[in-house]
Amino acid sequence: MGQLTTGERDFGAIILIVLAIIGIAMAAAGRADVLGIHGAMVLLYSLALLFVLFSGAFGTSPSPARLTRYYDDPIKVGVGLTLFWAIFGMFIGVWAAAQLAWPSLNFDTSWASFGRIRPAHTSGVIFGFGGNALITTSFHVVQRTSRARLADQLSPWIVLFGFNLFCLIAISGYFLGVTQSKEYAEAEWYADIWLVIVWVTYFVLYVRTLARRKEPHIYVANWYYLAFILVVAILHIVNNLAVPLSFAHAKSYTVWAGVQDSMVQWWYGHNAVAFFLTAGFLAMLYYYLPKRAERPIFSYRLSILSFWGITFFYMWAGSHHLHYTALPHWVQNLGMTFSVMLLVPSWASAGNALLTLNGAWHKVRDDATLRFIMMAAFFYGLSTFEGSFLAIRPVNALSHYTDWTVGHVHAGALGWVAMITFGSLYTLVPAIWKRERMYSAVLVEVHFWLALAGTLIYVFAMWNSGIIQGLMWRTYSPDNTLVYSFVDTLLAMYPYYIARAFGGLLFLIGAIVAAYNIWMTVRSSATATLPLDEDLPVDEKPIGGATPTPAE
Amino acid sequence: MALTHETLLEGSKMWGLFYLIGFSICVLIYTFLPSNRERFERAEREIFDEDDGPWK
Repeated sequence: MGQLTTGERDFGAIILIVLAIIGIAMAAAGRADVLGIHGAMVLLYSLALLFVLFSGAFGTSPSPARLTRYYDDPIKVGVGLTLFWAIFGMFIGVWAAAQLAWPSLNFDTSWASFGRIRPAHTSGVIFGFGGNALITTSFHVVQRTSRARLADQLSPWIVLFGFNLFCLIAISGYFLGVTQSKEYAEAEWYADIWLVIVWVTYFVLYVRTLARRKEPHIYVANWYYLAFILVVAILHIVNNLAVPLSFAHAKSYTVWAGVQDSMVQWWYGHNAVAFFLTAGFLAMLYYYLPKRAERPIFSYRLSILSFWGITFFYMWAGSHHLHYTALPHWVQNLGMTFSVMLLVPSWASAGNALLTLNGAWHKVRDDATLRFIMMAAFFYGLSTFEGSFLAIRPVNALSHYTDWTVGHVHAGALGWVAMITFGSLYTLVPAIWKRERMYSAVLVEVHFWLALAGTLIYVFAMWNSGIIQGLMWRTYSPDNTLVYSFVDTLLAMYPYYIARAFGGLLFLIGAIVAAYNIWMTVRSSATATLPLDEDLPVDEKPIGGATPTPAE
Repeated sequence: MALTHETLLEGSKMWGLFYLIGFSICVLIYTFLPSNRERFERAEREIFDEDDGPWK
């Protein structure tokens, strides 16, 4: 925050004071209700930030030379927050997985019951880890590809700290028993309103930065980031339209009723997968993959076609979550058809990524970071194929409500989203802190194998358990009675649940190794050693393997 | 014309399809327009410029 101007500091202080007053009002109105506890948290959070702001407020004003550089301070903080949420969210995930194998791990408390820690896990990894990774990398990519500094210095902090306040309120609420009972949208009305404010700030900042670009064409990664920001705003607002009991209560009721509520929820839910967990991460893929491989993307035109394919088709796919329900049959058909069509742009993206690596496979062998990105593209192709397949109604009859769905989600979340994020972080961290390389290449290698082994163990356990579960549920005796009771299926799941918890544990250890490696990279005192070959015209750039690697 | 369930159904089933087709055609034209070729080729190489500061 050292680069903030006096005006920006004043404005920041005003925002934090207003937020603190809102916190006091929430605490006063909510009293013993969870709203009161959250009010106190908002108050403490804004006072803590105010303290940080004030402690630097009377220093010298920033030098005008800062405007000739990119604004990377929020990115540095964002990397830290990303890693904090990764470890927190994955730890809760391993805990939830262990509870399924050994139920007494809830220690007979309400706050640690499965129903509460599960949303804490999903929100922790999706919003905490994924969201911070998206915000952080988007600030990096938009500046570099636009050749422009972020439009101002205050709003990146509002976005970053505001978003983390949302995560904090949402997740602490789940432990306290607050929920809207909408998947990936469990946070209550006041947290939702706050997220809208933060998200609009993010959108305005992003568009203003793009408007300042010196590059005539907007690079395709920015299209994906912008689709992510814009569509998540729309989804979030529509799905969370709700009426609170009163302004003094955390509880609210949605404005949608019955099957419309289900449809709106899964229109939101599946597009959260599409635009939160896919579009933004494809943006990372389209920037960090070419950068790391030092090869331009295989086909830029294909990336445009798949962009429009993904944005257009995904919008209609959500109803495949509601096969065999009260939802009209034609809406189910629509969702199924669009889900199958989605395979085309999805595989176009995955293929585009893998074909980019043609001619650079020796780098994939030697460089674990690039291998993270390659494996992410592979798992993206795998899980989008699986997704299209599971969306077909008769397949869904077997898979729905089973662990197969959980396996599918984690093939995407661990194999695709987390791997592309770690690949991007290992590329971004040395670039931002001006280090030649990561602190330890060996630890990146260790992380890669932990992550891959963890993902495979997890996914295979869930595929097995899910299909067995589905088959047991539909096994009839000759006299048309069900052969297995529900408890029979649980006993059959037991070894798989242990394997799943173990796979998740490996993945968590990998994330801890990553955090240590990044911390040591940041701490290492190496000064700016990155070669700045800025005097070379673009055509003479060493693209395509001119940088020697150990194999050459 | 009353706004009934049938009206909406017809709208989404028929006009939705035309919208999809029309939209796809527009995207294809934009992607393969010969005058855009240079812009795209430039875009895919431009990110390798290591100049680590905003342009004037």
